[in-house]
Amino acid sequence: MTSVALLRQITDYANRHDPYPLYAELRRTPVVQDETGPYLVSTYWEIHHLLHDPRLSSDLRNLNPEVARSIGHEEDPNLPPAFIRLDPPEHDRLRRLANRPFGPPHSPRRVYEMRGELDEIVAGLIDGFRDRGQIDLVDDFSYPFPVTVICRLLGIPREDETRFHAWADTIAASVDPVHGTDEEREARLQGVRQARTDLAAFLSDLIEERRRSPRDDMLSAMATSHGPDAEMSLVEMVTTSILLLIAGHETTVNLITNGMLTLLRNPDVLKRLRDDHDLVVPLVEELLRFEPPVQLLPQKTTLTDIDIAGTTIPKGAQVWLVLAAGNRDPQRFPNPDRFIPDRADNQHLGFSSGVHNCFGSPLARLEAQIALTELVRRIDNPRLVEDPPPYRQNAVLRGPRHLGIAFDGLRQ
Amino acid sequence: MLPVSLDGSLERLRREGRIVIVGASLAGLRAAETLREEGFTGTLTMVGDEPHEPYDRPPLSKQVLLDRVPADHTKLPRRRPVDAEWRLGVAATGLDLAARRVRLADGSELDYDRLLITTGVRARPWPQELEAELDGVFVLRTSDDAAQLHRRLSAGPRRVLVIGAGFAGSEIASACRERGLDVTVAERGAAPLVGALGGVVGEVAAAMQREAGVDLRCGITVTGLEGDAAGRLRCAHLSDGSKVEVEVAVVCLGATRNTEWLADSGLGAGPRGIACDAGCRAFDVRGIVTDDVFVAGDVARSPHPLFGYQFLSLEHWGNAVAGAEVAAHNMISASADRRPHIWTPSFWSAQFGVNIKSVGVPPMGDEIIVTQGSLSERRFTAAYGHHGRVIAAVTFDQAKWLGFYQHLIERAAPFPPDFPTVDRRPEGRHPVPAGFPDPSLPSHGPTVTLSGHSPSDRRISFTPLRA
Repeated sequence: MTSVALLRQITDYANRHDPYPLYAELRRTPVVQDETGPYLVSTYWEIHHLLHDPRLSSDLRNLNPEVARSIGHEEDPNLPPAFIRLDPPEHDRLRRLANRPFGPPHSPRRVYEMRGELDEIVAGLIDGFRDRGQIDLVDDFSYPFPVTVICRLLGIPREDETRFHAWADTIAASVDPVHGTDEEREARLQGVRQARTDLAAFLSDLIEERRRSPRDDMLSAMATSHGPDAEMSLVEMVTTSILLLIAGHETTVNLITNGMLTLLRNPDVLKRLRDDHDLVVPLVEELLRFEPPVQLLPQKTTLTDIDIAGTTIPKGAQVWLVLAAGNRDPQRFPNPDRFIPDRADNQHLGFSSGVHNCFGSPLARLEAQIALTELVRRIDNPRLVEDPPPYRQNAVLRGPRHLGIAFDGLRQ
Repeated sequence: MLPVSLDGSLERLRREGRIVIVGASLAGLRAAETLREEGFTGTLTMVGDEPHEPYDRPPLSKQVLLDRVPADHTKLPRRRPVDAEWRLGVAATGLDLAARRVRLADGSELDYDRLLITTGVRARPWPQELEAELDGVFVLRTSDDAAQLHRRLSAGPRRVLVIGAGFAGSEIASACRERGLDVTVAERGAAPLVGALGGVVGEVAAAMQREAGVDLRCGITVTGLEGDAAGRLRCAHLSDGSKVEVEVAVVCLGATRNTEWLADSGLGAGPRGIACDAGCRAFDVRGIVTDDVFVAGDVARSPHPLFGYQFLSLEHWGNAVAGAEVAAHNMISASADRRPHIWTPSFWSAQFGVNIKSVGVPPMGDEIIVTQGSLSERRFTAAYGHHGRVIAAVTFDQAKWLGFYQHLIERAAPFPPDFPTVDRRPEGRHPVPAGFPDPSLPSHGPTVTLSGHSPSDRRISFTPLRA
């Protein structure tokens, strides 16, 4: 197949508003090496198998050294990888420790009990639309909502939130593959390094403070945790909180924005949701399939040669799992390009799968469910201002940069 | 009404046929739902010997004993209405294959065009009847069993004896410890779970039990239960000559298949279950497959292509669901549209804070290799090998990897696996003997049983070993 520039086309900003025809093209060869090196996996079952394959590593220190050099992968001597870029057993230990104050079995009610607070934040943001005929959903709602939530959950002081947003945006942009000249690449890496260093310094001060006087937040819990596992070191707490912050900043925003965009493109579904709030649960799952906030996972490598779908991926190769392509695989989902809010048997890859499945998924689900239900319930006669809307640069964490919505008024 | 013939009358069967399902538990219910889902509009009769609507059993030895869920609150969620006539609290007592008729304990009879048998298994009782009747001696299989045991555990007995450390026994011991009760576990084998998972993994289970404060006695049998003058259990005598004072004993010696009611029916039914083909059709004693009697769930034994086409009987929740769906589909489908039931065995257990899951048939394994994690940390994945191929796998708190090993089993991948994995430790370099006990010895343990190639199975019987 002519993979010529398929990857380049996917990362090309001109195709950001609709990469799905490219993914369909990609699926014609389930596993293919791109001319720039990485192996792209685009069909549902192949992605699913690899996500559960213990021969696939998330630790880029296992890359073939030549490959690592060619993609400009570098180790940060001061900050080791967070658990998303580690393999078991280190991954498992850190994730268990991070999970103690967040989910079952130790904290089964944490997310559930945030519901009241989430309702309040959402109500407050929507109240802010009053007396306006038009909003930018991203800036006025989709971004501030999850960001406020993750900062409160971790325990970041409100007055510092603005600085956090800048750091988070810079670091999140770094997951995209870098094209361009060596100088451009170096300049971008430099910016990312600086942001990580500054954020790390800030967080380690904050963690020390929480250790001395703990509050009811996750940083305090991590700083004072006592369990059967070896406790997190300060550096591990810093890398873990950076990971959670970035994830909280850069993913749910797209889920909510893509959600409203999809609803406004499908007025019949929007009406159904307005009449039947329970529809939101399967609807959010379908959204995670149809427009996943994380389009692909570019951070995997092979511990050994892996034979899959007639191709051998050699040891140490870079592997990209194109989740968004797998989610539209007609071999797995009937009518994959249709948005069916109550789709049956919807085991999508929107939160990935296997040991690295999305850590924050219970929270993201709840946030999206509350946000979409309330937006649809309260905004009277919402209309898209432009379609397609302008997108963010990022191809991996894909979503609109702005989403203009005009409306007639607000309901209570 | 004339019996519906197979040729040309399928539509009539689907429209106005009579289907009887004997066994109203998980498999029976799922089959009924599948029949309706696939458009069967005739009459459907569900026969169950228990008075309860279909309920879920896995919680009975876990959440129920831990006081988290009442015993009568594990009713199975319904996928859809089944519009059936329910004959609950009435056991089936006989089957007339020629007349297509099921006899019930109340003397009534049910005619059928298609019959599905999902009568499952029951707990094997304590072999000494008088001792079994002592107040304080329990088995655990039904929700009534669970309610009674739960009530007794809540009264705070001074010590509980668990006889047999298979999955059920180990889960009960775990629940007792979690409730702060003193527990003695007596196991004939060298370690808990040894029949199902072998000695290497059994040692891990033994360490878990001892660390949780269980008084675990292996290589021991219970030779007698002794009551006081009022008929209350007082103590148990063990084969090493010792005596344990206990107020409660839970007999966990495995299960017996509910096939006695078919004894003279002409069906290929015996102590190991009812033989059926991969399409869930029952064999008669001559080894000829019937076309109107189907079998699913724990009571079925069917040939499995992955395991040399030996007949396999499985006491697995997932097998009951998958088998029921296939059986129901095949009951109302033309032969070309039928599907095989070739479910890969898999089960799970929760005990002592650890989630245990397995795929394949571990007792077939000669060797075991820990491919990920570490036995000593009780978080690991291990593969079992048989004749140079991967035949099974087990995980302790690592269930997310299990799907990969299932693919290895289904592709008959070579054993030991010749590739590196994440989290490979030094102990994972070489396979070791898996340590299964002599399979000719009867055991409480395996939840998977291979029982040869013959559809008739009348020679095998269980004889409790006397100490």
